[in-house]
Amino acid sequence: MSSATPSAPEASAGLLSRVKTIPSVGPVLVLLAFCLVFAVTNPRFLAPHNLSIILQQTIVVGTLAIGQTLVILTAGIDLAVGAICVLGTIVAGKLVNLGYDPMLSMLFAVVLCTLSGLVAGTLVSRLDLPPFIVTLGTLGILTAALRLISQGGAFPVQDSFLGLTGNTFRVGSFVLTYGVLAMLLLYAAAWYLLNETRWGRHVYAIGNNPEAARLVGIPVRRHLLQVYALAGLIYGITAWLALGRIPNADPNALQTANLDSITAVVIGGTSLFGGRGGLVGTLIGALIVGVLRNGLTLAGIDPLWQDLVTGILVILAVAFDQLSRRRR
Amino acid sequence: MSVLAAPEAKAAPVRNVLEARGIVKSYGHVVALDGVDFELRAGEILAVVGDNGAGKSTLIKTLTGAVVPDSGEILLDGEPVHFKGPLDARHRGIETVYQDLAVAPALDIPSNLFLGRELLSPGLLGSLFRRLDKRRMRDEAERAMAELKFRLPSIASRVENLSGGQRQGVAVARAAVFARKLVIMDEPTAALGVRETGQVLELIRTIRDRGLPVVLISHNMPNVFDLADRIFIMRLGRRAAVVSPKSHSMADVVAIMTGAVKADGG
Ligand SMILES: Nc1ncnc2c1ncn2[C@@H]1O[C@H](COP(=O)(O)OP(=O)(O)O)[C@@H](O)[C@H]1O
Ligand SMILES: [Mg+2]
Repeated sequence: MSSATPSAPEASAGLLSRVKTIPSVGPVLVLLAFCLVFAVTNPRFLAPHNLSIILQQTIVVGTLAIGQTLVILTAGIDLAVGAICVLGTIVAGKLVNLGYDPMLSMLFAVVLCTLSGLVAGTLVSRLDLPPFIVTLGTLGILTAALRLISQGGAFPVQDSFLGLTGNTFRVGSFVLTYGVLAMLLLYAAAWYLLNETRWGRHVYAIGNNPEAARLVGIPVRRHLLQVYALAGLIYGITAWLALGRIPNADPNALQTANLDSITAVVIGGTSLFGGRGGLVGTLIGALIVGVLRNGLTLAGIDPLWQDLVTGILVILAVAFDQLSRRRR
Repeated sequence: MSVLAAPEAKAAPVRNVLEARGIVKSYGHVVALDGVDFELRAGEILAVVGDNGAGKSTLIKTLTGAVVPDSGEILLDGEPVHFKGPLDARHRGIETVYQDLAVAPALDIPSNLFLGRELLSPGLLGSLFRRLDKRRMRDEAERAMAELKFRLPSIASRVENLSGGQRQGVAVARAAVFARKLVIMDEPTAALGVRETGQVLELIRTIRDRGLPVVLISHNMPNVFDLADRIFIMRLGRRAAVVSPKSHSMADVVAIMTGAVKADGG
Protein backbone atom coordinates (compact mmCIF):
# COMPACT_ATOMS: atom_id res chain seq x y z
CA MET A 1 0.00 0.00 0.00
CA SER A 2 1.49 3.26 -1.04
CA SER A 3 -0.53 5.78 0.90
CA ALA A 4 1.65 5.45 3.98
CA THR A 5 4.08 7.44 1.95
CA PRO A 6 1.87 9.30 -0.46
CA SER A 7 3.99 9.58 -3.52
CA ALA A 8 3.09 11.56 -6.56
CA PRO A 9 5.46 10.18 -9.17
CA GLU A 10 7.56 12.88 -10.70
CA ALA A 11 6.64 13.74 -14.24
CA SER A 12 10.05 12.68 -15.46
CA ALA A 13 9.84 9.22 -13.91
CA GLY A 14 9.53 6.40 -16.40
CA LEU A 15 6.69 3.92 -16.38
CA LEU A 16 8.83 1.20 -14.84
CA SER A 17 10.02 3.28 -11.91
CA ARG A 18 6.49 4.53 -11.49
CA VAL A 19 5.20 0.96 -11.34
CA LYS A 20 7.90 0.12 -8.82
CA THR A 21 6.59 2.78 -6.45
CA ILE A 22 3.31 0.81 -6.17
CA PRO A 23 4.37 -1.88 -3.72
CA SER A 24 1.41 -4.20 -4.41
CA VAL A 25 2.37 -4.88 -8.03
CA GLY A 26 4.65 -7.78 -7.07
CA PRO A 27 2.00 -9.62 -5.01
CA VAL A 28 -0.62 -9.08 -7.73
CA LEU A 29 1.71 -10.64 -10.30
CA VAL A 30 2.33 -13.62 -8.00
CA LEU A 31 -1.43 -14.03 -7.52
CA LEU A 32 -2.08 -13.89 -11.26
CA ALA A 33 0.74 -16.36 -11.92
CA PHE A 34 -0.72 -18.89 -9.47
CA CYS A 35 -4.22 -18.39 -10.91
CA LEU A 36 -2.87 -18.93 -14.41
CA VAL A 37 -1.10 -22.16 -13.49
CA PHE A 38 -4.13 -23.57 -11.68
CA ALA A 39 -6.54 -22.43 -14.40
CA VAL A 40 -4.49 -24.12 -17.11
CA THR A 41 -4.04 -27.36 -15.19
CA ASN A 42 -7.62 -27.60 -13.97
CA PRO A 43 -10.62 -26.16 -15.79
CA ARG A 44 -12.70 -26.32 -12.61
CA PHE A 45 -10.44 -23.76 -10.92
CA LEU A 46 -12.01 -20.72 -12.62
CA ALA A 47 -15.61 -21.90 -12.20
CA PRO A 48 -17.66 -19.27 -10.31
CA HIS A 49 -18.47 -21.90 -7.73
CA ASN A 50 -14.79 -22.53 -7.02
CA LEU A 51 -13.89 -18.84 -6.94
CA SER A 52 -16.66 -18.31 -4.36
CA ILE A 53 -15.19 -21.17 -2.34
CA ILE A 54 -11.73 -19.60 -2.46
CA LEU A 55 -13.09 -16.34 -1.11
CA GLN A 56 -14.87 -18.16 1.69
CA GLN A 57 -11.77 -20.15 2.49
CA THR A 58 -9.83 -16.91 2.72
CA ILE A 59 -12.12 -15.33 5.33
CA VAL A 60 -10.46 -16.61 8.49
CA VAL A 61 -6.80 -16.27 7.50
CA GLY A 62 -7.55 -13.05 5.64
CA THR A 63 -9.18 -11.42 8.66
CA LEU A 64 -6.56 -12.69 11.09
CA ALA A 65 -3.94 -11.25 8.75
CA ILE A 66 -5.34 -7.74 9.38
CA GLY A 67 -4.30 -7.98 13.02
CA GLN A 68 -1.05 -9.66 12.05
CA THR A 69 -0.29 -6.75 9.69
CA LEU A 70 -0.79 -4.18 12.44
CA VAL A 71 1.53 -6.08 14.76
CA ILE A 72 4.20 -6.69 12.12
CA LEU A 73 4.13 -3.02 11.09
CA THR A 74 5.32 -2.18 14.61
CA ALA A 75 8.24 -4.59 14.03
CA GLY A 76 6.53 -7.24 16.15
CA ILE A 77 5.08 -10.62 15.29
CA ASP A 78 2.01 -12.43 16.56
CA LEU A 79 2.22 -16.19 16.99
CA ALA A 80 -1.03 -16.33 18.97
CA VAL A 81 -3.38 -15.30 16.11
CA GLY A 82 -4.94 -18.73 15.70
CA ALA A 83 -5.00 -19.51 19.41
CA ILE A 84 -6.82 -16.28 20.33
CA CYS A 85 -9.34 -16.85 17.55
CA VAL A 86 -9.95 -20.43 18.72
CA LEU A 87 -10.39 -19.07 22.24
CA GLY A 88 -13.21 -16.95 20.83
CA THR A 89 -14.96 -19.85 19.10
CA ILE A 90 -14.73 -22.14 22.12
CA VAL A 91 -15.88 -19.58 24.67
CA ALA A 92 -18.79 -18.41 22.52
CA GLY A 93 -19.75 -21.97 21.58
CA LYS A 94 -19.51 -23.24 25.15
CA LEU A 95 -21.63 -20.40 26.56
CA VAL A 96 -24.33 -20.77 23.92
CA ASN A 97 -24.43 -24.52 24.43
CA LEU A 98 -24.88 -23.82 28.16
CA GLY A 99 -27.94 -21.78 27.24
CA TYR A 100 -26.65 -18.21 27.46
CA ASP A 101 -27.81 -15.50 25.09
CA PRO A 102 -25.89 -15.96 21.79
CA MET A 103 -25.26 -12.28 21.22
CA LEU A 104 -23.93 -11.71 24.74
CA SER A 105 -21.88 -14.91 24.53
CA MET A 106 -20.22 -13.76 21.32
CA LEU A 107 -19.65 -10.32 22.76
CA PHE A 108 -18.06 -11.83 25.86
CA ALA A 109 -15.81 -14.01 23.67
CA VAL A 110 -14.71 -10.98 21.63
CA VAL A 111 -13.95 -9.04 24.80
CA LEU A 112 -11.88 -11.97 26.08
CA CYS A 113 -9.89 -12.06 22.82
CA THR A 114 -9.30 -8.32 23.10
CA LEU A 115 -8.08 -8.81 26.66
CA SER A 116 -5.67 -11.51 25.47
CA GLY A 117 -4.24 -9.00 23.02
CA LEU A 118 -4.12 -6.40 25.77
CA VAL A 119 -2.13 -8.72 28.04
CA ALA A 120 0.33 -9.53 25.25
CA GLY A 121 0.58 -5.83 24.43
CA THR A 122 1.24 -4.97 28.08
CA LEU A 123 4.09 -7.47 28.27
CA VAL A 124 5.57 -6.19 25.01
CA SER A 125 5.19 -2.48 25.67
CA ARG A 126 5.72 -2.17 29.43
CA LEU A 127 8.25 -4.94 30.10
CA ASP A 128 9.97 -4.68 26.71
CA LEU A 129 9.69 -8.44 26.22
CA PRO A 130 10.22 -9.60 22.63
CA PRO A 131 6.85 -9.99 20.84
CA PHE A 132 8.03 -13.33 19.50
CA ILE A 133 8.38 -14.79 23.01
CA VAL A 134 5.28 -13.16 24.46
CA THR A 135 2.99 -14.42 21.70
CA LEU A 136 4.66 -17.83 21.61
CA GLY A 137 3.98 -18.10 25.35
CA THR A 138 0.38 -16.95 24.79
CA LEU A 139 0.02 -19.62 22.13
CA GLY A 140 1.25 -22.33 24.50
CA ILE A 141 -0.91 -21.21 27.41
CA LEU A 142 -4.09 -20.79 25.34
CA THR A 143 -3.66 -24.06 23.47
CA ALA A 144 -3.29 -26.01 26.70
CA ALA A 145 -6.10 -24.13 28.47
CA LEU A 146 -8.51 -24.60 25.58
CA ARG A 147 -7.90 -28.32 25.44
CA LEU A 148 -8.55 -28.48 29.17
CA ILE A 149 -11.78 -26.45 28.93
CA SER A 150 -13.16 -28.50 26.07
CA GLN A 151 -11.83 -31.79 27.44
CA GLY A 152 -9.79 -32.17 24.32
CA GLY A 153 -12.64 -32.56 21.89
CA ALA A 154 -14.41 -30.45 19.30
CA PHE A 155 -18.11 -29.76 19.73
CA PRO A 156 -20.81 -28.55 17.37
CA VAL A 157 -22.21 -25.03 17.73
CA GLN A 158 -25.71 -24.87 16.29
CA ASP A 159 -26.96 -21.35 16.69
CA SER A 160 -28.41 -19.02 14.10
CA PHE A 161 -26.65 -15.94 15.47
CA LEU A 162 -23.24 -17.54 15.80
CA GLY A 163 -23.65 -19.03 12.33
CA LEU A 164 -25.03 -15.79 10.86
CA THR A 165 -21.96 -14.85 8.86
CA GLY A 166 -22.22 -18.15 6.96
CA ASN A 167 -25.50 -17.06 5.33
CA THR A 168 -25.19 -16.57 1.60
CA PHE A 169 -26.28 -14.09 -1.03
CA ARG A 170 -25.81 -14.08 -4.78
CA VAL A 171 -23.87 -11.65 -6.92
CA GLY A 172 -24.46 -12.81 -10.50
CA SER A 173 -23.26 -16.38 -10.63
CA PHE A 174 -21.19 -15.96 -7.46
CA VAL A 175 -22.46 -17.14 -4.13
CA LEU A 176 -20.94 -15.09 -1.35
CA THR A 177 -21.35 -15.27 2.40
CA TYR A 178 -21.79 -12.37 4.79
CA GLY A 179 -18.44 -13.48 6.19
CA VAL A 180 -16.75 -12.46 2.93
CA LEU A 181 -18.48 -9.11 3.13
CA ALA A 182 -17.47 -8.69 6.78
CA MET A 183 -13.84 -9.46 5.93
CA LEU A 184 -13.81 -6.85 3.16
CA LEU A 185 -15.46 -4.27 5.42
CA LEU A 186 -12.87 -4.93 8.12
CA TYR A 187 -10.12 -4.47 5.55
CA ALA A 188 -11.65 -1.18 4.46
CA ALA A 189 -11.97 0.09 8.03
CA ALA A 190 -8.46 -1.00 9.02
CA TRP A 191 -7.07 0.46 5.81
CA TYR A 192 -8.64 3.80 6.61
CA LEU A 193 -7.28 3.71 10.14
CA LEU A 194 -3.79 2.83 8.95
CA ASN A 195 -3.54 5.19 5.99
CA GLU A 196 -5.79 8.11 6.64
CA THR A 197 -5.44 8.79 10.35
CA ARG A 198 -2.81 10.01 12.74
CA TRP A 199 -3.08 6.74 14.66
CA GLY A 200 -2.06 4.75 11.61
CA ARG A 201 0.70 7.12 10.68
CA HIS A 202 2.13 6.63 14.16
CA VAL A 203 2.03 2.84 13.75
CA TYR A 204 4.32 3.25 10.74
CA ALA A 205 6.58 5.71 12.55
CA ILE A 206 6.97 3.42 15.56
CA GLY A 207 7.83 0.44 13.38
CA ASN A 208 10.19 2.54 11.33
CA ASN A 209 12.13 4.40 14.01
CA PRO A 210 10.74 4.09 17.56
CA GLU A 211 13.32 6.52 18.93
CA ALA A 212 12.33 9.23 16.44
CA ALA A 213 8.67 8.55 17.26
CA ARG A 214 9.38 9.00 20.96
CA LEU A 215 11.36 12.20 20.38
CA VAL A 216 8.51 13.85 18.47
CA GLY A 217 6.21 13.06 21.38
CA ILE A 218 4.33 9.99 20.16
CA PRO A 219 3.38 7.88 23.22
CA VAL A 220 5.12 4.79 21.86
CA ARG A 221 4.26 2.37 24.67
CA ARG A 222 0.60 3.30 24.78
CA HIS A 223 0.41 3.01 21.01
CA LEU A 224 1.93 -0.48 21.02
CA LEU A 225 -0.56 -1.54 23.67
CA GLN A 226 -3.41 -0.27 21.50
CA VAL A 227 -2.07 -2.14 18.47
CA TYR A 228 -2.03 -5.48 20.29
CA ALA A 229 -5.45 -4.89 21.83
CA LEU A 230 -6.92 -3.96 18.44
CA ALA A 231 -5.34 -7.07 16.95
CA GLY A 232 -6.99 -9.14 19.71
CA LEU A 233 -10.34 -7.52 18.91
CA ILE A 234 -9.92 -8.44 15.25
CA TYR A 235 -9.08 -12.05 16.16
CA GLY A 236 -12.24 -12.09 18.31
CA ILE A 237 -14.40 -10.90 15.41
CA THR A 238 -12.67 -13.52 13.27
CA ALA A 239 -13.92 -16.15 15.74
CA TRP A 240 -17.47 -15.16 14.82
CA LEU A 241 -16.64 -15.39 11.12
CA ALA A 242 -15.01 -18.78 11.72
CA LEU A 243 -18.19 -20.12 13.38
CA GLY A 244 -20.11 -18.94 10.32
CA ARG A 245 -17.74 -20.91 8.11
CA ILE A 246 -17.80 -24.12 10.16
CA PRO A 247 -20.35 -24.49 12.98
CA ASN A 248 -17.89 -26.30 15.15
CA ALA A 249 -15.65 -25.23 18.03
CA ASP A 250 -12.41 -27.17 17.89
CA PRO A 251 -9.45 -26.61 20.23
CA ASN A 252 -7.21 -28.13 17.58
CA ALA A 253 -8.42 -25.88 14.76
CA LEU A 254 -6.39 -23.21 12.95
CA GLN A 255 -3.06 -24.96 13.47
CA THR A 256 -1.70 -23.33 10.31
CA ALA A 257 -3.06 -19.85 11.09
CA ASN A 258 0.35 -18.55 12.17
CA LEU A 259 2.08 -19.77 9.05
CA ASP A 260 -0.74 -18.67 6.76
CA SER A 261 -1.31 -15.22 8.26
CA ILE A 262 2.39 -14.39 8.42
CA THR A 263 2.78 -15.65 4.85
CA ALA A 264 -0.11 -13.46 3.71
CA VAL A 265 1.41 -10.39 5.36
CA VAL A 266 4.94 -10.98 4.13
CA ILE A 267 4.01 -12.00 0.57
CA GLY A 268 1.85 -8.89 0.55
CA GLY A 269 5.01 -6.82 0.87
CA THR A 270 4.96 -5.86 4.56
CA SER A 271 8.43 -5.93 6.05
CA LEU A 272 9.09 -8.10 9.11
CA PHE A 273 11.43 -5.29 10.23
CA GLY A 274 8.43 -3.00 10.65
CA GLY A 275 7.29 0.33 9.28
CA ARG A 276 6.77 -0.70 5.68
CA GLY A 277 3.89 -2.30 3.85
CA GLY A 278 0.15 -2.29 4.33
CA LEU A 279 -3.22 -3.93 4.06
CA VAL A 280 -3.80 -3.95 0.31
CA GLY A 281 -0.76 -6.20 0.03
CA THR A 282 -1.98 -8.36 2.89
CA LEU A 283 -5.38 -8.92 1.28
CA ILE A 284 -3.66 -9.99 -1.92
CA GLY A 285 -1.27 -12.13 0.14
CA ALA A 286 -4.22 -13.82 1.87
CA LEU A 287 -5.78 -14.49 -1.54
CA ILE A 288 -2.48 -16.00 -2.70
CA VAL A 289 -2.50 -18.35 0.27
CA GLY A 290 -6.18 -19.19 -0.38
CA VAL A 291 -5.62 -19.78 -4.10
CA LEU A 292 -2.57 -21.90 -3.39
CA ARG A 293 -4.33 -24.17 -0.92
CA ASN A 294 -7.44 -24.41 -3.10
CA GLY A 295 -5.50 -25.10 -6.29
CA LEU A 296 -3.38 -27.77 -4.65
CA THR A 297 -6.48 -29.37 -3.13
CA LEU A 298 -8.17 -29.44 -6.53
CA ALA A 299 -5.04 -31.11 -7.88
CA GLY A 300 -5.48 -33.74 -5.19
CA ILE A 301 -2.33 -32.80 -3.30
CA ASP A 302 -2.01 -33.68 0.37
CA PRO A 303 -2.46 -30.74 2.84
CA LEU A 304 1.00 -31.47 4.25
CA TRP A 305 2.46 -30.59 0.86
CA GLN A 306 0.41 -27.38 0.97
CA ASP A 307 2.08 -26.45 4.26
CA LEU A 308 5.41 -27.23 2.69
CA VAL A 309 4.77 -24.97 -0.29
CA THR A 310 3.46 -22.19 1.98
CA GLY A 311 6.59 -22.53 4.09
CA ILE A 312 8.81 -22.14 1.05
CA LEU A 313 6.77 -19.15 -0.08
CA VAL A 314 7.11 -17.30 3.22
CA ILE A 315 10.87 -17.91 3.32
CA LEU A 316 11.23 -16.63 -0.23
CA ALA A 317 9.22 -13.53 0.62
CA VAL A 318 11.30 -12.83 3.73
CA ALA A 319 14.53 -13.36 1.79
CA PHE A 320 13.30 -10.85 -0.75
CA ASP A 321 12.52 -8.37 2.04
CA GLN A 322 15.95 -8.89 3.59
CA LEU A 323 17.70 -8.35 0.26
CA SER A 324 15.83 -5.15 -0.51
CA ARG A 325 16.58 -3.97 3.03
CA ARG A 326 20.29 -4.52 2.46
CA ARG A 327 20.10 -2.35 -0.63
CA ARG A 328 18.64 0.54 1.33
CA MET B 1 0.60 33.90 7.38
CA SER B 2 4.00 32.36 7.15
CA VAL B 3 4.32 28.62 7.37
CA LEU B 4 7.16 29.07 9.79
CA ALA B 5 6.01 30.08 13.21
CA ALA B 6 6.31 33.83 13.45
CA PRO B 7 9.46 34.62 15.40
CA GLU B 8 8.33 36.94 18.10
CA ALA B 9 9.43 40.52 17.60
CA LYS B 10 12.73 41.55 16.15
CA ALA B 11 12.34 44.96 17.73
CA ALA B 12 14.51 45.18 20.85
CA PRO B 13 18.11 44.40 19.89
CA VAL B 14 19.16 42.75 23.18
CA ARG B 15 16.09 41.05 24.49
CA ASN B 16 16.74 37.74 26.21
CA VAL B 17 14.48 35.05 24.80
CA LEU B 18 15.72 32.43 27.22
CA GLU B 19 17.49 33.04 30.47
CA ALA B 20 18.76 30.74 33.19
CA ARG B 21 20.10 31.83 36.58
CA GLY B 22 22.18 29.85 39.03
CA ILE B 23 21.36 26.44 37.59
CA VAL B 24 22.69 23.61 39.79
CA LYS B 25 22.41 19.94 38.90
CA SER B 26 24.22 17.11 40.66
CA TYR B 27 24.31 13.42 39.92
CA GLY B 28 25.22 11.84 43.22
CA HIS B 29 28.37 13.71 44.19
CA VAL B 30 29.17 14.67 40.59
CA VAL B 31 28.23 18.32 40.20
CA ALA B 32 27.35 18.53 36.52
CA LEU B 33 26.19 22.16 36.70
CA ASP B 34 27.54 24.40 39.40
CA GLY B 35 25.44 27.57 39.33
CA VAL B 36 25.28 28.38 35.64
CA ASP B 37 23.90 31.63 34.25
CA PHE B 38 22.85 31.58 30.64
CA GLU B 39 21.09 33.90 28.27
CA LEU B 40 20.02 33.57 24.68
CA ARG B 41 19.31 36.82 22.88
CA ALA B 42 16.68 37.38 20.25
CA GLY B 43 17.84 36.61 16.74
CA GLU B 44 21.25 35.19 17.56
CA ILE B 45 23.10 31.94 17.08
CA LEU B 46 24.70 31.13 20.41
CA ALA B 47 27.32 28.39 20.26
CA VAL B 48 27.90 26.36 23.41
CA VAL B 49 31.38 24.86 23.63
CA GLY B 50 33.35 23.04 26.29
CA ASP B 51 35.46 19.99 26.92
CA ASN B 52 33.90 16.56 27.38
CA GLY B 53 32.09 16.47 30.69
CA ALA B 54 31.97 20.26 31.00
CA GLY B 55 28.21 20.10 31.38
CA LYS B 56 26.97 21.20 27.95
CA SER B 57 24.45 18.40 27.50
CA THR B 58 23.18 18.69 31.05
CA LEU B 59 22.67 22.44 30.64
CA ILE B 60 20.78 21.92 27.40
CA LYS B 61 18.66 19.22 28.99
CA THR B 62 17.58 21.57 31.75
CA LEU B 63 16.58 24.09 29.08
CA THR B 64 14.53 21.52 27.12
CA GLY B 65 12.86 20.01 30.16
CA ALA B 66 14.64 16.67 29.83
CA VAL B 67 16.35 17.26 33.19
CA VAL B 68 14.90 19.16 36.13
CA PRO B 69 17.61 21.24 37.85
CA ASP B 70 18.22 20.97 41.61
CA SER B 71 18.03 24.73 41.92
CA GLY B 72 18.09 27.87 39.83
CA GLU B 73 15.46 29.45 37.64
CA ILE B 74 14.66 29.50 33.96
CA LEU B 75 12.90 32.39 32.28
CA LEU B 76 11.29 32.23 28.88
CA ASP B 77 10.65 35.72 27.51
CA GLY B 78 11.21 37.01 31.01
CA GLU B 79 8.63 34.70 32.52
CA PRO B 80 9.66 31.96 34.98
CA VAL B 81 8.99 28.46 33.64
CA HIS B 82 9.24 25.01 35.24
CA PHE B 83 9.40 22.37 32.54
CA LYS B 84 8.21 18.97 33.71
CA GLY B 85 9.38 17.22 30.57
CA PRO B 86 10.47 17.72 26.96
CA LEU B 87 6.86 17.91 25.76
CA ASP B 88 6.29 20.75 28.19
CA ALA B 89 9.16 22.74 26.69
CA ARG B 90 7.90 21.98 23.20
CA HIS B 91 4.46 23.29 24.02
CA ARG B 92 6.16 26.50 25.09
CA GLY B 93 7.84 26.87 21.70
CA ILE B 94 11.27 25.29 22.28
CA GLU B 95 12.28 22.70 19.68
CA THR B 96 15.33 20.43 19.83
CA VAL B 97 17.35 18.80 17.07
CA TYR B 98 19.43 15.77 18.01
CA GLN B 99 22.71 14.50 16.70
CA ASP B 100 21.38 11.22 15.38
CA LEU B 101 18.91 11.53 12.59
CA ALA B 102 15.55 11.57 14.32
CA VAL B 103 13.51 10.80 11.22
CA ALA B 104 11.40 7.88 10.05
CA PRO B 105 13.20 6.82 6.85
CA ALA B 106 10.31 4.98 5.19
CA LEU B 107 7.98 7.96 5.50
CA ASP B 108 8.03 10.85 3.07
CA ILE B 109 9.18 14.39 3.81
CA PRO B 110 5.80 15.90 4.78
CA SER B 111 5.07 12.93 7.07
CA ASN B 112 8.38 13.45 8.81
CA LEU B 113 7.96 17.19 9.03
CA PHE B 114 4.57 16.82 10.68
CA LEU B 115 5.37 13.64 12.63
CA GLY B 116 3.49 13.73 15.92
CA ARG B 117 1.72 16.96 14.86
CA GLU B 118 -0.17 15.82 11.79
CA LEU B 119 -2.80 18.16 10.42
CA LEU B 120 -6.38 16.92 10.25
CA SER B 121 -8.93 17.73 7.59
CA PRO B 122 -11.31 20.58 8.31
CA GLY B 123 -14.86 19.84 9.41
CA LEU B 124 -16.38 16.51 10.36
CA LEU B 125 -13.83 14.53 8.32
CA GLY B 126 -11.18 15.75 10.68
CA SER B 127 -13.01 16.04 13.98
CA LEU B 128 -15.09 12.87 13.74
CA PHE B 129 -13.21 10.66 11.27
CA ARG B 130 -9.75 11.88 12.33
CA ARG B 131 -8.75 12.13 8.69
CA LEU B 132 -5.26 13.40 7.87
CA ASP B 133 -5.05 16.42 5.62
CA LYS B 134 -2.23 15.03 3.46
CA ARG B 135 -2.66 17.68 0.83
CA ARG B 136 -2.23 20.57 3.24
CA MET B 137 0.75 18.91 4.95
CA ARG B 138 2.37 18.45 1.58
CA ASP B 139 1.72 22.04 0.52
CA GLU B 140 2.94 23.45 3.81
CA ALA B 141 6.03 21.24 3.77
CA GLU B 142 6.80 22.49 0.28
CA ARG B 143 6.34 26.08 1.33
CA ALA B 144 8.46 25.67 4.45
CA MET B 145 11.30 24.12 2.48
CA ALA B 146 11.09 26.94 -0.06
CA GLU B 147 11.13 29.58 2.68
CA LEU B 148 14.12 27.90 4.27
CA LYS B 149 15.74 27.73 0.82
CA PHE B 150 16.51 24.08 1.46
CA ARG B 151 16.77 22.15 -1.77
CA LEU B 152 15.29 18.67 -1.88
CA PRO B 153 14.76 16.37 -4.87
CA SER B 154 10.98 16.14 -4.41
CA ILE B 155 8.75 16.81 -1.47
CA ALA B 156 7.20 13.36 -1.99
CA SER B 157 10.52 11.54 -1.60
CA ARG B 158 10.87 9.05 1.15
CA VAL B 159 13.45 10.30 3.58
CA GLU B 160 15.56 7.17 3.07
CA ASN B 161 16.20 8.31 -0.49
CA LEU B 162 17.80 11.56 0.71
CA SER B 163 21.43 12.17 1.56
CA GLY B 164 22.47 12.39 5.22
CA GLY B 165 22.62 16.18 5.01
CA GLN B 166 19.17 16.39 3.47
CA ARG B 167 17.78 14.07 6.15
CA GLN B 168 19.18 16.19 8.92
CA GLY B 169 17.85 19.17 6.98
CA VAL B 170 14.37 17.67 7.34
CA ALA B 171 14.88 17.31 11.11
CA VAL B 172 16.15 20.88 11.40
CA ALA B 173 13.29 22.18 9.25
CA ARG B 174 10.82 20.36 11.49
CA ALA B 175 12.22 22.19 14.49
CA ALA B 176 12.19 25.51 12.65
CA VAL B 177 8.60 25.09 11.49
CA PHE B 178 7.25 24.40 14.96
CA ALA B 179 9.54 26.44 17.21
CA ARG B 180 7.84 29.64 18.26
CA LYS B 181 10.66 30.80 20.58
CA LEU B 182 13.95 29.07 19.84
CA VAL B 183 15.67 26.00 18.46
CA ILE B 184 18.28 24.01 20.33
CA MET B 185 20.67 21.80 18.38
CA ASP B 186 22.92 19.27 20.07
CA GLU B 187 25.76 18.51 17.64
CA PRO B 188 23.44 18.44 14.62
CA THR B 189 26.25 17.82 12.14
CA ALA B 190 28.33 15.33 14.11
CA ALA B 191 27.15 12.42 11.96
CA LEU B 192 27.65 14.24 8.65
CA GLY B 193 30.41 14.65 6.08
CA VAL B 194 31.95 18.00 5.21
CA ARG B 195 29.70 18.92 2.28
CA GLU B 196 26.58 17.74 4.05
CA THR B 197 27.56 19.73 7.13
CA GLY B 198 27.74 22.79 4.90
CA GLN B 199 24.12 22.32 3.78
CA VAL B 200 22.89 22.06 7.35
CA LEU B 201 24.93 25.06 8.55
CA GLU B 202 23.47 27.12 5.73
CA LEU B 203 20.02 26.08 6.88
CA ILE B 204 20.78 27.08 10.48
CA ARG B 205 21.89 30.50 9.24
CA THR B 206 18.67 30.91 7.29
CA ILE B 207 16.67 30.09 10.39
CA ARG B 208 18.56 32.71 12.40
CA ASP B 209 18.14 35.27 9.63
CA ARG B 210 14.42 34.71 9.77
CA GLY B 211 14.59 35.81 13.40
CA LEU B 212 14.49 32.55 15.31
CA PRO B 213 17.31 32.29 17.86
CA VAL B 214 19.40 29.13 17.87
CA VAL B 215 21.47 27.42 20.56
CA LEU B 216 24.12 25.32 18.86
CA ILE B 217 26.27 22.81 20.70
CA SER B 218 29.28 21.89 18.64
CA HIS B 219 32.76 20.47 18.94
CA ASN B 220 33.76 21.84 15.61
CA MET B 221 35.54 25.16 16.17
CA PRO B 222 35.66 26.26 12.51
CA ASN B 223 31.89 25.70 12.30
CA VAL B 224 31.34 27.59 15.53
CA PHE B 225 33.39 30.55 14.32
CA ASP B 226 31.70 30.42 10.95
CA LEU B 227 28.21 30.55 12.39
CA ALA B 228 27.98 31.89 15.92
CA ASP B 229 27.14 35.42 17.01
CA ARG B 230 28.38 34.65 20.51
CA ILE B 231 30.23 31.73 22.04
CA PHE B 232 29.27 30.38 25.46
CA ILE B 233 32.27 28.55 26.94
CA MET B 234 31.76 25.97 29.68
CA ARG B 235 34.33 24.48 31.95
CA LEU B 236 33.84 22.07 34.88
CA GLY B 237 30.13 22.70 35.20
CA ARG B 238 30.51 26.48 35.17
CA ARG B 239 30.22 29.25 32.66
CA ALA B 240 33.84 30.13 31.93
CA ALA B 241 33.13 33.00 29.54
CA VAL B 242 30.89 34.29 26.79
CA VAL B 243 32.93 35.76 23.92
CA SER B 244 32.41 37.11 20.45
CA PRO B 245 34.05 35.35 17.52
CA LYS B 246 35.01 38.82 16.28
CA SER B 247 37.08 39.68 19.34
CA HIS B 248 38.50 36.25 20.14
CA SER B 249 40.40 33.68 18.12
CA MET B 250 39.91 29.93 18.11
CA ALA B 251 43.07 29.61 20.16
CA ASP B 252 41.62 32.00 22.77
CA VAL B 253 38.44 29.96 23.04
CA VAL B 254 40.31 26.68 23.35
CA ALA B 255 42.53 28.22 26.02
CA ILE B 256 39.49 29.29 28.06
CA MET B 257 37.85 25.89 27.53
CA THR B 258 40.85 24.02 28.85
CA GLY B 259 41.55 26.44 31.68
CA ALA B 260 44.88 27.60 30.28
CA VAL B 261 43.56 31.15 30.41
CA LYS B 262 41.19 32.67 32.96
CA ALA B 263 38.59 34.69 31.16
CA ASP B 264 36.83 37.76 32.48
CA GLY B 265 34.09 37.87 29.90
CA GLY B 266 31.62 35.84 32.01
N1 LIG C 1 22.70 10.96 33.88
C1 LIG C 1 23.89 11.17 34.48
N2 LIG C 1 24.24 10.45 35.56
C2 LIG C 1 25.42 10.68 36.19
N3 LIG C 1 26.30 11.58 35.81
C3 LIG C 1 26.02 12.35 34.74
C4 LIG C 1 24.80 12.18 34.02
N4 LIG C 1 24.78 13.07 32.99
C5 LIG C 1 25.94 13.75 33.08
N5 LIG C 1 26.67 13.32 34.12
C6 LIG C 1 27.96 13.86 34.53
O1 LIG C 1 27.86 15.26 34.53
C7 LIG C 1 29.01 15.86 33.99
C8 LIG C 1 28.63 16.73 32.80
O2 LIG C 1 28.21 15.88 31.72
P1 LIG C 1 27.62 16.42 30.33
O3 LIG C 1 26.59 17.45 30.63
O4 LIG C 1 27.21 15.26 29.52
O5 LIG C 1 28.89 17.13 29.69
P2 LIG C 1 29.20 17.45 28.15
O6 LIG C 1 27.93 17.35 27.38
O7 LIG C 1 29.76 18.83 28.18
O8 LIG C 1 30.22 16.47 27.70
C9 LIG C 1 29.95 14.71 33.62
O9 LIG C 1 30.86 14.54 34.68
C10 LIG C 1 29.04 13.53 33.51
O10 LIG C 1 29.73 12.36 33.83
MG1 LIG D 1 27.45 16.02 25.65
